[in-house]
Amino acid sequence: MSTLALKKPKTPIRPARILLHLFLAGAALAWLAPLLWAVYAAMRPYAETSEKGYVSWPDTLNFDNFTNAYQQSDMTHYFVNTLVIAVPAVLLTLFLSSMVAFYVSRFDFRLNLALLLVFTAGNLLPQQVIITPLYRLYLLIDLPGITMSGKLYDSALGLVLIHVAFQSGFCAFVLSNYMRTLPHELTEAALVDGASVWRMYWQIVLPLCRPAMAALATLLSIWIYNDFFWALVLISTGENMPITSALNNLTGTYFTDPNLVAAGALLTAIPTLIVYFVLQRQFVSGLTLGANKG
Amino acid sequence: MSSETTTKIPEAATVPPPGAATPKRRVPQGHQRLLTRRDRLTLGLMAGLPTILHIALVWVTALASIALAFTTWDGIGFDSIQWVGLQNFKELFEQNPQFWPAVQHNVIWFAVLIVIPTPLGLFLAVQLDKKIRFSRVYQTAFFLPVVMSMAVIGFVWQLIYNPDTGLINSLIGANEPGKYIDWIGDPDLNLWAILIAASWRHAGYMMILYLAGLKGVDPSLREASALDGASEWQTFKNVIFPTLRPTNTVVLVVTIIEALRAFDLVYVFNGGAEGTELLSILVTSNIIGESSRIGYGSAIAVVLLLISLVVIVPYLVATFRKERRA
Repeated sequence: MSTLALKKPKTPIRPARILLHLFLAGAALAWLAPLLWAVYAAMRPYAETSEKGYVSWPDTLNFDNFTNAYQQSDMTHYFVNTLVIAVPAVLLTLFLSSMVAFYVSRFDFRLNLALLLVFTAGNLLPQQVIITPLYRLYLLIDLPGITMSGKLYDSALGLVLIHVAFQSGFCAFVLSNYMRTLPHELTEAALVDGASVWRMYWQIVLPLCRPAMAALATLLSIWIYNDFFWALVLISTGENMPITSALNNLTGTYFTDPNLVAAGALLTAIPTLIVYFVLQRQFVSGLTLGANKG
Repeated sequence: MSSETTTKIPEAATVPPPGAATPKRRVPQGHQRLLTRRDRLTLGLMAGLPTILHIALVWVTALASIALAFTTWDGIGFDSIQWVGLQNFKELFEQNPQFWPAVQHNVIWFAVLIVIPTPLGLFLAVQLDKKIRFSRVYQTAFFLPVVMSMAVIGFVWQLIYNPDTGLINSLIGANEPGKYIDWIGDPDLNLWAILIAASWRHAGYMMILYLAGLKGVDPSLREASALDGASEWQTFKNVIFPTLRPTNTVVLVVTIIEALRAFDLVYVFNGGAEGTELLSILVTSNIIGESSRIGYGSAIAVVLLLISLVVIVPYLVATFRKERRA
């Protein structure tokens, strides 16, 4: 192979390569076109587009729609709502599912596979399969003084719980596969030395799982941030909604023109885009951690 | 992720499943014998608490859906629950004008996703796997929609489809009264319009899955094939594609489940009005709509559950059989 590599220059300028680049660049641009169009629309004042039409050269381009959308809809409030839901949900999901994964992958109990199966299958169900009884259950559970609504329904706690319950299926599966690749000698030695099970988990196994945990944390943050369905059904007060489902309400009540809607929609997408650009590697490896298996 | 061999000793597995009280029984072999009673209690809690939460909120509710599907209930008190047998299903299959279109649309949704964006994602992955420059930039462009929420995607595409202000009608001059093409409202068009947006997102997702699969292909296979003088297409068809089988399985399962879960995009687009009905929309409208018919909504959920299980069960059986062998 090395002789072959030596004969050819490293980056041969072949017509096929140029064609490939032209194709990919064109396709990538076409792929981004809907987003770029949204940005363009969001940067033009409504008055101008209603007069000249949307497909026209701009007289003014500015960020007014973004600031207006942000202020009119009190977005800070909804971003905070999302944070209050997403941060505990991500941390709890990782904590609980790593414990299950530890149990399943480190100890040879008869029902291990069955347990993992229950978790994995649960995560594959469409959410609508469980929503009707869940909704009723949330209405039945009284939590006076604990949540604002006095119930599990219409509370951040309720959303955190269902996110944790639902997503821990995926995370338990991925983490147990990951933990299984860690050498058994590690924990066996600790056990012989008299370390407790908790210590094995907390001080030996968990630190070694950092890459998988980081990947899952990135993925979960984006998934939970983007959740629309749970919040739509399980939250009734608009004020309590996280940003993604709040946007749906806002477009009806506050946003009067498409340019403002475009600006609002793009604003809600910004946090996930930042997370993605900063943690790209973790995000992609998280997606494929679960998928390469099987 | 491959599963490394763990020494499974079935005979040693005498400790009961999580949630149950810790036992006094002794474990004859394996490293469990070193576990103290406290360790076992810790283990029981570590596995038990998450399991209880998961089972209570996911599996108990799924089973409750099945039970409620055979009842009518106004949701106010438990006394009003009445057993009605198969009546909900009968009404659903025979009288609900939205049910069969919804089933059909879910099937179309899957068919479109598997026929258009999935091969496109594979094609893009193969091109990007050629170790070219700027690969990361191209990847990001194709992948960006996957990072955004379906709801936001719905808003973005409305800017394109809107009859009077949208991009398409403005470009083709159909944005004046009388000439409107109503991409969102016309029941013959709206499903396809939404499916373009859904495919836009799905292709990027599939591309990443295939890229990961392609990274796992042994390079020597490619070299051997090149030495044998196979063309690029022959190599792909006869050498690379067959090795992608595990990825194809995942892609198929992911696509079916995405098709069954489809909801957000349609909901923000037109609320699942005529032309875009989906099973998920019908279930949800029984909860957040005006009339809350719990038994009836559950019957739709059961149909959705049964269809999902046809996919989930074989997939899990295959995956976990492999796991046990490992």
